[in-house]
Amino acid sequence: MMLRAIWLIVRKDLTVEVRSRELAYTTLFFALSCVLVFAFSLVQEGRAADGVGPGVLWMAIMFAGNLALGRTFERERQAETLRALMLVPAPREAVYLGKLTGIVLLLALTEAVLVPIVAFLFQAEMLAHPFWLISVVATGTIGFAAVGTLFAAMLVRARSRDVLLPVLLYPITVPVIIAGVRGTVAIAQPEFDAEVVRFWLTLLVAFDVVFVTLALWTFEPVMTD
Amino acid sequence: MTKWFFYATLLCAAMFAISPFVIANAPYESTMGLVQKVFYYHMPSAWMFLTASVVCGIASARFLITGDSRHDRTAWAAAEMAVLFGLLTLVTGPLWARKAWGTWWIWDARITSSLVGWMIAWAYLILRQYGGPGSEKLAAGLALFGTANVPFIYISVNYWRTIHPATTVVPKLPFSMGFPLWFCVSAFTLLLVVLMKLRVRVAEQQARLDAIYLSLDEEA
Repeated sequence: MMLRAIWLIVRKDLTVEVRSRELAYTTLFFALSCVLVFAFSLVQEGRAADGVGPGVLWMAIMFAGNLALGRTFERERQAETLRALMLVPAPREAVYLGKLTGIVLLLALTEAVLVPIVAFLFQAEMLAHPFWLISVVATGTIGFAAVGTLFAAMLVRARSRDVLLPVLLYPITVPVIIAGVRGTVAIAQPEFDAEVVRFWLTLLVAFDVVFVTLALWTFEPVMTD
Repeated sequence: MTKWFFYATLLCAAMFAISPFVIANAPYESTMGLVQKVFYYHMPSAWMFLTASVVCGIASARFLITGDSRHDRTAWAAAEMAVLFGLLTLVTGPLWARKAWGTWWIWDARITSSLVGWMIAWAYLILRQYGGPGSEKLAAGLALFGTANVPFIYISVNYWRTIHPATTVVPKLPFSMGFPLWFCVSAFTLLLVVLMKLRVRVAEQQARLDAIYLSLDEEA
């Protein structure tokens, strides 16, 4: 019952997205614009400073992710489908997990393009260990999206919701940013040390487990009066 | 106000008035000299910041579970205290660091974790102020997430070397230094309690006023 509800919500979002492709294109373009701005800030005499690639990657993910979260729920608010979602005869957790899956898929699509481009532009040898890189980026994205989906859903009815989302989201996702960047830096090192990467990956997995659980528990109380 | 509140406020003011003399009488620390005495205000501020954050987290959890607005008012007051004492900590800390370590700021585990925790408390206040109706529950969710985040923030920031003194310094303090410290801790604790009581009372009066206003509205 729960899995079916989650699948239906994901399918709804995918259908809307495939028809308009609005979120995918704009999120990707915004992420690339961020990378461009960082490139102009950090490149001196034609070369990027050493080791900035991972930092630029995660900054672009954070900013683009923030935008994607805001706009996903803005779409729900404008079409007034949020009320319909809350009335669905399925557990509320299914609504949360459905939206979370949709956002993770959108960000995964963006990162699939973003990671090679950042590795290419900033000469970061991130792609040398693809399994580790995918693990770190995936767990980091899930952690960010888990907190972000809850906050974006919470803020749909609030005033000043556009500026409040990053104000609330970034301090809470500091461990994701730190672990993501340090993990990616460790992957990009010439002398690769699996222990260091494993440490950051473990921290990210623990963060994901704790915060998805916490979000599932608090989704119902904060979405209903 | 009740009698105990009046005496508590008086005692708190008296303790703060005496505290400079108590601190001046403490012996100089061997390496840092006079500058070290900021510690007697810096450490109690940090402890009050942490206490207020914990109170906010617990009150928010109780509010989400029970829906009783008393817990919500306590959480809001505690968040304001956390921002206030956190600000004191983050100002006295760099002032001390500049003289003791030669640098205003350093990205070590405890300092950075405190900064992030302080920003979460500040975000709570921004949400309460500008979030519009219904922001009580949202803020409670934020406080809960912030509290759950503390071990993660600390562990992730701890990757870098920390040059903060180890936490085991306090039990080993000689009495001549221990007494001023615990005197200041008591003064700050009293200040936290007094301010919390005052702030919660303001919030209660506000809630009562709103209830009366709304009930008159319905009758008309």
